[in-house]
Amino acid sequence: MIISVASGKGGTGKTTIAVNLALSLSNVQLLDCDVEEPNCHIFIKPVFENKNTVFIPIPQVDSKKCDGCGRCQEFCAYNAIAVVNKEVLIFPELCHGCGSCAYFCPHGAIKETNKDIGIIEIGKSGEIQFIHGKLNIGMMMSPPVIRAVKKHINKKKTVIIDAPPGTSCPVITAINDTDFVILVTEPTPFGLNDLSLAVEVVRKLKIPFGVIINRSDLGNKKTDEYCVRENIPILMRIPFSKKIAEIYSRGDSIIETLPEYRENFQRLFENIKQGKNWLRIK
Amino acid sequence: MKQIVIISGKGGTGKTVITGAFAALAKDKVMADCDVDAADLHLILDPEIKQSHVFKSGVTAFTHKERCDGCGVCKTVCRFEAVREDFTIDPISCEGCGFCSLVCPQNAIEMKANTSGEWFISDTRFGPLVHARLGIAEENSGKLVSLVRQKAKEIAESKNYKWIIIDGSPGIGCPVIASITGVDCAVIVIEPTLSGLHDAKRVLGVTEHFNVPVKVIINKYDLNCDITEKIERWFKDKNIKILGKVIFDKAVVNSIVEGKTIIEYSNNQVTKTLRTIWRLLEEELERAN
Repeated sequence: MIISVASGKGGTGKTTIAVNLALSLSNVQLLDCDVEEPNCHIFIKPVFENKNTVFIPIPQVDSKKCDGCGRCQEFCAYNAIAVVNKEVLIFPELCHGCGSCAYFCPHGAIKETNKDIGIIEIGKSGEIQFIHGKLNIGMMMSPPVIRAVKKHINKKKTVIIDAPPGTSCPVITAINDTDFVILVTEPTPFGLNDLSLAVEVVRKLKIPFGVIINRSDLGNKKTDEYCVRENIPILMRIPFSKKIAEIYSRGDSIIETLPEYRENFQRLFENIKQGKNWLRIK
Repeated sequence: MKQIVIISGKGGTGKTVITGAFAALAKDKVMADCDVDAADLHLILDPEIKQSHVFKSGVTAFTHKERCDGCGVCKTVCRFEAVREDFTIDPISCEGCGFCSLVCPQNAIEMKANTSGEWFISDTRFGPLVHARLGIAEENSGKLVSLVRQKAKEIAESKNYKWIIIDGSPGIGCPVIASITGVDCAVIVIEPTLSGLHDAKRVLGVTEHFNVPVKVIINKYDLNCDITEKIERWFKDKNIKILGKVIFDKAVVNSIVEGKTIIEYSNNQVTKTLRTIWRLLEEELERAN
């Protein structure tokens, strides 16, 4: 089973949930797909065994063959190619690597070369197999790095995916094709607003989901009311505690310091597993 | 006119709370909410929408089944795994490159324009706000950010305003890059956690990459004073100004619940510190003239 942890709003506790859930279960793979700001490694302190570079193919023009006809610019949907005075300018940070320019160049003047946009690191922390991706600084597009992390999914294990915040392409790439999404929120107007956006995304993708309310005693009751109204299961509540905030701040996991939480996370997993069918989206 | 963007790398460190405070404190300004993915600033600024516009961007492939003869060329060229077994398109995976449409010998694939969101110009009790809402599961948030910034700039120029105050998004990718390029100052809001520091360093890398001047605020600093000290040392060594340290106070959550900025809600220590921070930032940026 593949469970992804997402949120809409940042800083609600995605990484805390993903890490502690992974630490509470056996035969687990933890994938950190927040490749812009990956944090899981801070908490599970993995030993890395392998490292791969993530490339996207970008065009390279052979000026001997190019006659400056400008067809490549016409085909590029991303404005990554500009032909000025018959000279082809390439903007790699805009290129999605679709390959159409190379395919359609009437003179065979474009070949694709690899541009590295990030890295994948693969390792272990105790029994947990851990993989994360890191987008290179200054690069715009995280989805190819997220896809590269997800290539390592091992379906024989319970897979936990820590997703990035937001509601656009990076989140969708991370949670697409997972079996269940845990949406982590906090009961504030900001948390609720972003939760409702995230719910729309998950419903559009038709993935079963439930909500964890973190710092559940701060803010107001509107998040609870929303979940009841929308028929969304509340999977867990974690009250605010300075102790948990402090544990988090120094990069420790909750269940190592407060072992009673282990059982809560195991129960959470059992509930998700059993509820898998009746949580189908309307 | 000067542009200030509030960013953080890590989410939930207090960007919007601080943007709201600056909105309440600064004179002659326009606000821009560039967290178009999950915009929240409107929840404390209570905007009255004056103009609303559709944001169209990009295209998505669509297969006309009646013309498709099932040759499958589209599937072989697509690099985004967006062509399904029956040669229809998964719109979520499609990145709109148009390759499939161009190679289709039956001309069966049409590229349809996306409605990717909406953007608004509003009035608030603190002045104009430009904000947006990206459509659900849409892309091109970077372009929408650029558009919001452009409109905010036009307003600031026409009214001869002094400041554009921009609420940024978490992360280091396309919306963040679109929100920081060409600003006069990026304020990085850091919480005293190892994740907060880790993420702030990465976003600092991005500001350096694009030559954007940076200043720092440490938020909820008393949640871990050791890490706060570590952050202070680290940024001091890099010669980056720390504008101030804001204490953790549940009143901040209560102010959001009431739909107010912390400045309006309470004259507590948080408000006092943020007043000092704004004064300092204002002075520093005026001096940079």
